[in-house]
Amino acid sequence: MSRLLGLLLALTAGLFAVSLTIGPAAIGPMASLQALFAGGDTPLSLVMQEIRLPRAILAVLVGASLGLSGAALQGYLRNPLAEPGLLGISGSAALGAVLAIQTGVAAAFPLGLPLSALAGAFIGVLLITLLAGRRGGTLSLILAGIAISALASAMVSLALNLSPNPFATSEIVFWMMGSLADRSMEHVVLALPFIVVGTVMLMTLGRPLNAITLGEDAAEALGMRLARVRWRLIVGSALVVGVSTAVAGTIGFVGLVVPHLLRPWVGAMPGRLLGASALGGAMMVLAADILVRSVLPQADLKLGVVTALIGAPLFLHLIYQTRRELA
Amino acid sequence: MSLLSVQDFSVSLAGRSVLRDISFDVGPGELVGIIGPNGAGKTTLMRAALGLIPAAGHCSLAELDEASRARAVAWMPQERTVAWPISVEALVMLGRMPHRGPGLRPSPEDRAQVADAIRRVGLQGFEERAVTKLSSGERTRVLIARALAQQTALVLADEPIAGLDPAHQISTMETFAALADDDRTVILSIHDLGLAARHCTRLVLLGEQRMLADGPPSRVLTADNLARIFNIEAYLSETEQGLVYQSLRVLRP
Repeated sequence: MSRLLGLLLALTAGLFAVSLTIGPAAIGPMASLQALFAGGDTPLSLVMQEIRLPRAILAVLVGASLGLSGAALQGYLRNPLAEPGLLGISGSAALGAVLAIQTGVAAAFPLGLPLSALAGAFIGVLLITLLAGRRGGTLSLILAGIAISALASAMVSLALNLSPNPFATSEIVFWMMGSLADRSMEHVVLALPFIVVGTVMLMTLGRPLNAITLGEDAAEALGMRLARVRWRLIVGSALVVGVSTAVAGTIGFVGLVVPHLLRPWVGAMPGRLLGASALGGAMMVLAADILVRSVLPQADLKLGVVTALIGAPLFLHLIYQTRRELA
Repeated sequence: MSLLSVQDFSVSLAGRSVLRDISFDVGPGELVGIIGPNGAGKTTLMRAALGLIPAAGHCSLAELDEASRARAVAWMPQERTVAWPISVEALVMLGRMPHRGPGLRPSPEDRAQVADAIRRVGLQGFEERAVTKLSSGERTRVLIARALAQQTALVLADEPIAGLDPAHQISTMETFAALADDDRTVILSIHDLGLAARHCTRLVLLGEQRMLADGPPSRVLTADNLARIFNIEAYLSETEQGLVYQSLRVLRP
């Protein structure tokens, strides 16, 4: 393992520990960490094991998913502006969630909302593969993603438009801002298998993505099977991004900014960027979720709002830097 | 022994016939120039021969599986954009990919081949530079080095000398000629008929969807072929310096 990955891993572990010590119950950091490992039925242990631990684990899973999928998409599309939302997966997952809230499925049983969002993501990815075709180029993939995103967001607007009462409307709007508040171990158990399988699929794209740096033709002549690469990219991204959106809502800018920030540290090689971006994404979401709870603890600040507030200025800075380098 | 054998090869793009009934064999030690006017199908012929686009007929390369093909032939497409600011050395190392297992560190053999390829295109000292910061001519030479590092018996290159200054055009052709001297074979598409006449051992002329001539430059670059296919008149002379060619004027406006 490279020194960079070691460093990122250590920082992620540090943020994970900090995340565990933050919450409305005013407990010292050491006491809370001790309670986590002590077990037993004390209220403090329950808070740690059933509220803070799943929240921190989900922050890692969701952040790693978004960072990894963003890096893979940028590498495949050879475009630094690509991000997980581009394929329309998060959009169709959001539509599934909105329909669950609207129809009362979300209130009917605990995992109603994430399961419905997951179903939305799968219908979305099915449509994308049908539209983009098995041997189509990158352009048809991007266009299919844009079409699906637009359709999903139009349907979400329609649902809001026809919303029976203002409470459902505000629930939908708040859900779409993304949050890790009040998530349980059930959410972790739901998300984990999808994220593990999707992560394995995306992590094995390192070699083909390196080759694609030279263009699709050259990559194919270097022995890469592009149709297979594309399939692994779409399905892997759908698994990790779909389930992340399902459990946490839409969280923007992580998949866009993290690969950008880390690219200079891996010599710009798309393959090496994958693991680094997964860890970087986990760090960014952990940090944002720490901010959400520590800056304005009373305001119920939404995670997606904070990642956008951190991400947008970082992105502006990167654009400024790129412009200066090109000048 | 033939490195590339194409028989009764026909290619259609989007329902339109581009090439028909092409047959040729290429053996070791040849430097083959594919010539023809714009749109004659030079790129299409090479891509189809590699199996990158479907074609009717028989081609020895297109019938290999991806991994064996990558060890048999290196392909340098005309597309010269490199997506990311990777270093010259990292880019040339991509050519070693067909010889390396996933995740393995480069072997001493890989490093030696990469250094040799960089030396052949005269880019020593550029190893750590970002490819995206090089001039387009320098980048072209890096991409040639990448194809050389693949260590294949056959190299296919789409207009490799386009955009190079005269000195680097000549040195690139000499690099390819040196490969041919080592019994490796280079097939390249080329618009500069002067350099083609001087350096190629064999020319293949494409036009009117067919292969119209195939042989040594002096037999392919005839006044009749030049007039009919390229619509030009040219000066050609066998000298002590080799075959000298100069385009003179357009025939039919």
